[in-house]
Amino acid sequence: MDAAAEQKYDYGVVRWFTVMAVVYLVVGALVGVYIASELAWPFLNFDSPYLSFGRLRPLHTNAVIFAFGGCVLMATSFYSVQRTCATRLWSSKMAWFTFVGWNLIIVSAVITLPLGLTSAKEYAELEWPIDIAIAVVWLTYMFNFIMTIAQRKTSHIYVSNWFFLGMMVMITYLHVVNSLAIPVGMFKSYSIFSGVQDAMIQWWWGHNAVGFYLTAGFLGIMYYFVPKQAGRPVYSYRLSVIHFWGLMFGYVWLGAHHLQYTALPDWTGSLGAAISLAMIIPSWGGAVNGMMTLSGAWDKLRTDYVLRFLIMSLAFYAMSTFEGPVMSIKTVNALSHYTDWTIGHVHSGALGWVAMVAIGAIYHLMTRLFHTELWSIKLVNAHFWTATIGTVVYIVAMWVSGIMQGLMWRAYDEYGTLAYTFAESVEAMHPYYAMRAVGGGIFLLGAVLMLFNILMTVKKASSEGSLQRARTAAVATA
Amino acid sequence: MSSNSESGKLQTLTEKNVFALFVGLLLVLSVGGLVEIVPLFYLKSTMEHNQFPELLWQRKEGQTLADHKPGDGMRPYTALELAGRDVYQREGCYLCHSQMIRPFRDEKERYGHYSLASESIYDHPFQWGSKRTGPDMARLGGKYSDDWHRKHLRAPRSVVPESVMPNYPWLKDSPVDGETMQAHMTGLQTIGVPYTDADIAAAADEVKGKNEEDAMVAYLQVLGTMTKLDEDKAYRE
Repeated sequence: MDAAAEQKYDYGVVRWFTVMAVVYLVVGALVGVYIASELAWPFLNFDSPYLSFGRLRPLHTNAVIFAFGGCVLMATSFYSVQRTCATRLWSSKMAWFTFVGWNLIIVSAVITLPLGLTSAKEYAELEWPIDIAIAVVWLTYMFNFIMTIAQRKTSHIYVSNWFFLGMMVMITYLHVVNSLAIPVGMFKSYSIFSGVQDAMIQWWWGHNAVGFYLTAGFLGIMYYFVPKQAGRPVYSYRLSVIHFWGLMFGYVWLGAHHLQYTALPDWTGSLGAAISLAMIIPSWGGAVNGMMTLSGAWDKLRTDYVLRFLIMSLAFYAMSTFEGPVMSIKTVNALSHYTDWTIGHVHSGALGWVAMVAIGAIYHLMTRLFHTELWSIKLVNAHFWTATIGTVVYIVAMWVSGIMQGLMWRAYDEYGTLAYTFAESVEAMHPYYAMRAVGGGIFLLGAVLMLFNILMTVKKASSEGSLQRARTAAVATA
Repeated sequence: MSSNSESGKLQTLTEKNVFALFVGLLLVLSVGGLVEIVPLFYLKSTMEHNQFPELLWQRKEGQTLADHKPGDGMRPYTALELAGRDVYQREGCYLCHSQMIRPFRDEKERYGHYSLASESIYDHPFQWGSKRTGPDMARLGGKYSDDWHRKHLRAPRSVVPESVMPNYPWLKDSPVDGETMQAHMTGLQTIGVPYTDADIAAAADEVKGKNEEDAMVAYLQVLGTMTKLDEDKAYRE
């Protein structure tokens, strides 16, 4: 029990963000498993507009990226910025505004997306009134974060905070520019950009939602929580600097690689691909930096299940940041684009990297925030294995189906005509779509175990009175 | 980073002053986007119609959208087609269907001539898509009959047994609203789509009595038919 920390720092809002993150993990994964099943067994659409794949898919992506990912980022950044700056949040009220505002946005997404209210831009589907709300809440989040760092009691700004801030600035740019639209109704608007320019701006947004929201932000988590959980300092300061500025400068360029061989001018796609390849260097530098933080403490992996999540996430990070640049090479992209391989790549990043590092950080946070041990360590271990196996089953299914699609579409028979109709390629996907649903289901099972474990831990903290004691215990004031 | 070099000093500054870090990030993060996006708005080579003006419909004074014949060049969508496009977006069709044919032999044989940038000039937002769970739609127009499309929209597996597409039986029961379409066209006109005031005035009558299924069929049947592409012309490098 750390009563001093409880009374020194603003933990209340962090506790709420942390628990809500786990709730949204379950919701997002559940919708994901459902829509995956719809592709394997289309009767699950039940002829209902509100359950049809096209409306639920944005709900899935928004739930996992903005609801789960957002709550994780806000919980971990508000927690670690206080710890690394040795100060309270600049404004507790503003942090609560961020919490309430963000969750209201999530609720409005859950209502509007199944109703078909969408701006039809991938990963930015929410309509203009919600977009404005996102901008306001996001700016208060960033402002509070900056001001907290400004009032810090430490001399240097710790590396995790660089990454969090980079993420906040870039998401502001991206969200504002990509959402520019002309409203033509209360919940209907058209992007002010059209065709090729709109495509480039959309994928500048799309890839950087991945590169900043889901990578830079989660690297902030990595740089704080891996050393904390391992009890060792970050392996290399110099590598962190290279990792940081390399990532900040380079990631922004990658969006164009989503548009290889399209009507986007060739120079743009090639530039995007060239920088994509160069990005292997900072990305792997970061992965090595995280992993080598464990040097001399590898034995901890045998006993510390939370650390296992963090290290497994770095392995997936290294793998996805290798796979991504490979897929951006034109000859590979010619095959992989439009196929399930892309979906597999996204999920090796989203499940293997983002979710795993977040889960590790959340388990770590729970013990600090509620001043008690986790309700069940065995369940954490069970979660680790379900999450890992589920992820592997998912991405293997998508690799096979994706490469198969690509090969079937371009296959010619001995008479020089196309060997397969499109419908034949759809039929061939069925076993892999079923396998993907199973993999996702295993991952979802782990998420449910986690939610149960987390809620029981909250209950335990309340029945033990550990949180109450931490709040009221007398501590020596400096 | 040795602390006595210039970059070392900058690094130290950003580590000690959050506002310096903030400004540094504002600058560094803006470069990639500026270099890749801004030129697309002014480089003439981006849009093929700068070299091949026939790709766009050269509308004469007093002509209505109905005067356009297939192959005359890209024009704005009619009110009914636009209503169909709205449905296409609402139902998330773009999540499984692309509208962007790449310049490969197999795509040419399967879908037709590769897509040009000028062909989506009036598409706010673009509908190129990123995934082909179903086939590409860029040149779908005219490949199937209206009847086939209606059957396919209501129950895809009745005409394509392998399909995994949802059924869309509710479209035929939802009317298209004239005033809404006029508002949508006015919005598009504001951001540069060349609708005339007469086009917008005529929109309400055009969609009277039509339902969303009619609109979807009109949209799907116009895809790829507005402009005629010449095999012998090199539209792109």
